[in-house]
Amino acid sequence: MTKNDALARLLTSMADDALIQGHRNSEWTGLGPIMEEDIAFSSMAQDKIGHAWALYRILQEDLGGQDPDTFAFLRNEKDYRSCHFVELPNGEYDFSLMRHFLFDHAETIRYQQLRNSSFAPLRPLAEKLKGEIKYHTLHANAWITQLCRAGEESYARMQTALNICFPLALGIFEPDNEAGEILTAEGIYPGEAILKEQWLDRVYNLCAAAGLNLPAEDAVTPVYGGRKGYHTEYLQPLLEEMGAVFRMDPQATW
Amino acid sequence: MNIKESDIYKALELVMDPEIPVLSVIDLGMITGVSLEEEGVHVKMIPTFSACPAVDYIKQNIRTALEKELDTKVTVEIDREATWNSNRMSAGAHEKLKKFGIAPPQLQQGEERAEIELHTACPHCNSDNTYLRSPFGSTLCRAIHYCRNCGYVFEHFKPLG
Repeated sequence: MTKNDALARLLTSMADDALIQGHRNSEWTGLGPIMEEDIAFSSMAQDKIGHAWALYRILQEDLGGQDPDTFAFLRNEKDYRSCHFVELPNGEYDFSLMRHFLFDHAETIRYQQLRNSSFAPLRPLAEKLKGEIKYHTLHANAWITQLCRAGEESYARMQTALNICFPLALGIFEPDNEAGEILTAEGIYPGEAILKEQWLDRVYNLCAAAGLNLPAEDAVTPVYGGRKGYHTEYLQPLLEEMGAVFRMDPQATW
Repeated sequence: MNIKESDIYKALELVMDPEIPVLSVIDLGMITGVSLEEEGVHVKMIPTFSACPAVDYIKQNIRTALEKELDTKVTVEIDREATWNSNRMSAGAHEKLKKFGIAPPQLQQGEERAEIELHTACPHCNSDNTYLRSPFGSTLCRAIHYCRNCGYVFEHFKPLG
């Protein structure tokens, strides 16, 4: 495997996560529990899909990849590298909110590290995206804290959502040993294991402040497979819906 | 016509942001460089937010306005090296935003800041007895606040580091 192959795997995983999470966020449009939440999830959808597009563009311009729209919408399911966590349906608001909290802190840690990447095209993008995601985590932290203080039922639902989300969230950091070794040796980024440690530190402190118990890592089985092309039953229908308009006429201009 | 760099900047002041029509692309600090080439004028720009849906529209507006003002061929390119932050906005832009009813972004000094959650000055009554209602608003660059003093809900151009 070449350095560029390893880079392409990393960027595709990051972009696919952002694209699918963005699509899931967009499904809250019109359905949020209050109007501000409708707007928040819709705005975060727009951000995430923009972030995915920026990463697909680097794949195209610097690593010889396809046109971003074609790559985003016309691949086969097994060629996506999204983690199972982002593929799952929105469920109820507690699950969506907890997923948003855990996922956006993971992205923050990742982009913080990528600001120092030896791969130059990632540096300015990581700087930019980290600044934008700050508002996503601000939003998530505020709601997690408030709902944990909003009475017994509300607190219990947050803790249950955390228990369900945690093994899935570990799947964001699914190891890819072959590519990982190259990327670490080349100074692209420190690798998934280190990102995961930093993420655990960060979310542990935030959870503790909200009175939530973060499950122990060794007490759960991480949900892996997405980075190898094995997906949940929910991805294919999502891809069909997401790409339906694009596939009607891939050559159309807007 | 002999075009000078200052002519290009002057013409760019006529290109307004489609979402905040009182601010030009110069006010917003979106222009990172202009140059005079043999075949015409070349402009480099950066979007405020990376997922800003108005970028293509703004590029087109820059081309149209400059071609009209300067009577030459104009190319516009997204600058991949530079990134936008809210400190790039001019002092004049802060005043214009306030008059338009949007609280301007606080100057960013360091990394993270939680201050925006409280004390963003209300553009209507200037009170800082306000709180953040939602970090997301009608466009990606705006947040929604509530003023306890005058009772208005107002928008805020988010500071971005």
